[in-house]
Amino acid sequence: MADLTATLPESATTADRLAEARRQTEASARLRRWQLLSPALIIIGIFGLFPLTITLIYSFLTPGTYGGVTWKFSTDAYVQFLFDRDIFDDTLQFSGTYLSIYGRSIGLAFGATVGALIIGFPTAYFIASKPLEQRNLWLFLITLPFWVNLLVRTYAILLIIRDEGIINIGLMNMGAIDRPIGMLYTDYAVFAGLIYSYLPFMVLPLYASLEKLDFRLVEAAYDLYASRFQVLRHVIIPMAKPGIVAGCILVFIPGLGAYITPELLGGGKELMIGNLIALQFSGSRNWPFGSAAALILMVVVMASLIIYVRYSGKEGNGHG
Amino acid sequence: MVQQAQTAATASGAAQDPADNVMVHAERVTKTFGQGAGKITALDAVSVDIRKNEFFTLLGPSGCGKTTLLRLIAGFDLPDEGQILLDGQEIGHLPPYKRPVNTVFQSYALFPHMSVARNIGFGLEMQGRPKAEIKEAVERMLALVQMEHLADRRTDQLSGGQQQRVALARALAPRPKVLLLDEPLSALDLKLRKEMQIELKRLQEETGITFVFVTHDQEEALTMSDRIAVMQSGAILQVGAPKEIYNNPARRFVADFIGDINILEGDLSDNGAKVILPGGTKIGALLSEGAARKGRASVAIRPENMGLTAPDASDAALKGRVTNIVYFGAGHNVHIALDGGGEVLVRRAQTDAQVGRQVGISVPDAVQVLVD
Repeated sequence: MADLTATLPESATTADRLAEARRQTEASARLRRWQLLSPALIIIGIFGLFPLTITLIYSFLTPGTYGGVTWKFSTDAYVQFLFDRDIFDDTLQFSGTYLSIYGRSIGLAFGATVGALIIGFPTAYFIASKPLEQRNLWLFLITLPFWVNLLVRTYAILLIIRDEGIINIGLMNMGAIDRPIGMLYTDYAVFAGLIYSYLPFMVLPLYASLEKLDFRLVEAAYDLYASRFQVLRHVIIPMAKPGIVAGCILVFIPGLGAYITPELLGGGKELMIGNLIALQFSGSRNWPFGSAAALILMVVVMASLIIYVRYSGKEGNGHG
Repeated sequence: MVQQAQTAATASGAAQDPADNVMVHAERVTKTFGQGAGKITALDAVSVDIRKNEFFTLLGPSGCGKTTLLRLIAGFDLPDEGQILLDGQEIGHLPPYKRPVNTVFQSYALFPHMSVARNIGFGLEMQGRPKAEIKEAVERMLALVQMEHLADRRTDQLSGGQQQRVALARALAPRPKVLLLDEPLSALDLKLRKEMQIELKRLQEETGITFVFVTHDQEEALTMSDRIAVMQSGAILQVGAPKEIYNNPARRFVADFIGDINILEGDLSDNGAKVILPGGTKIGALLSEGAARKGRASVAIRPENMGLTAPDASDAALKGRVTNIVYFGAGHNVHIALDGGGEVLVRRAQTDAQVGRQVGISVPDAVQVLVD
């Protein structure tokens, strides 16, 4: 106590001394909390903010002939995103090519999110309604795909749905079809692949919130004349909302930037943002444009998140 | 005493009510849980009639089947055998949302994501009633449970007693034919519980709705009920008004479960009209339904129905020595070791008895004979 209050004048009252001591104790507690946080902050700084800064700088430079950048300021990368520059007279003409790739990506990621929610919700409810000792087994089964690399799993889908794959061969042998159905390299293939890849990210948070659901509330709703559908709509879904929000974010964001799935199942023909960015750093050798595309993706994600959180915050009466 | 004998005779005669006065009629309802060796019979061929507009209590220790019976009436569980009629209509196999019956849950089960007002209006909303009607009903219910000022609160911002009132209002709002209450007061502290007991009784009288109340608290049951059914091991042992149940318990379990009671072993005589107490005094016997008319018999006498006299007084039916006197505020518990063996408890507001003294004990003119 004496050390802590040493800075106070002799005339300070006991209450003043106590307040000063409390203030200093709180300050040191705050410092200790920041110390706990520091490893994470250092990692985020080195591997997150630093590369992000480089990306931001590169996006305002000029592309080098063999990749890389030359240190000359230019906003060409952002102009190129929306306009085509005429080779002869340098005039700008609006071009929707890249916008449409973003639109497609958002559409596919959104579709995959809705799909994963529709499939994941009954699954999570099923697991949450099982006896406690059985739930771990089901959760284990849900996480099982993570044991195999995503690339290998996506390749497996490719082998199954290609023209000479199990489905087409099987259907042809049964005589159901004459020619293979062209499933690979379509939007549907990418869509299905995205759902498959990110389904566990939907199921796990949904399960976490459904598991906490007080089943007596469901009984109370039944008792108050709510049919099964009304119980789902007025009690179960509102109570599971935190899980639904978390699951949707966890599927939508990685889905939007997906690379492997559209690369393998879309065959490079059906480009998504991830492939576009990768292409700029490899084949096209346009690093500034790749950087700009990546930053635009980030802004899109952040903007949609902010809008979503604002909207759902108002809607859900802040229930948590 | 004659009148008492008559009430005792009809104590378990619940099945005699005329049909148009019966709200809930359960007939030989059986419910088992589990299978094979772990099979538990929660209800064993239980029959009971609950009258219109009465406050009916199912009283018994945990595991006696009282909550199971309530859940069968609500529709959360379906009976294995037997029938449940509500106001003359078979409802035993309808889902809960098709029964005009509402429940107040032990945990209240209020919807945490809805305001107090929306909770109360939920039943009417689900029935698809017009908005204006719901609004009016919610306001009436809020006034009924004196919660008008908290209509827009979230339910997790309420105290236990307030949640209790919301749960009541929510269950009463759709005007059910029967309100089921599953130990709703058990989470409240003693003072609040006493208040709510009176409040519940007032609500029942004001709304005219049949209340079926489940509790293991005998005092609660005696305070509020029009009639009580005492349950044990999946069976109803006795149905009757609180006074009948208290003063004329038909079964040993009922006598034991409710309050303090002295049970003495005597011999029946005069074809069951009289009973000879240990020590030789012969007094009137009130026979419960199904009791034998001769042989050994257990009789039950409440401690407050016994008096202390001099050992040689003419009304000293029993004699013994005072072993202990315990003061409990409203009176004294006088423990007496009987001369012939055994011990009785006598409860007096005032007493000049002293430990170690020889005393006589007076008993009522007629006493209840128990069936095991």
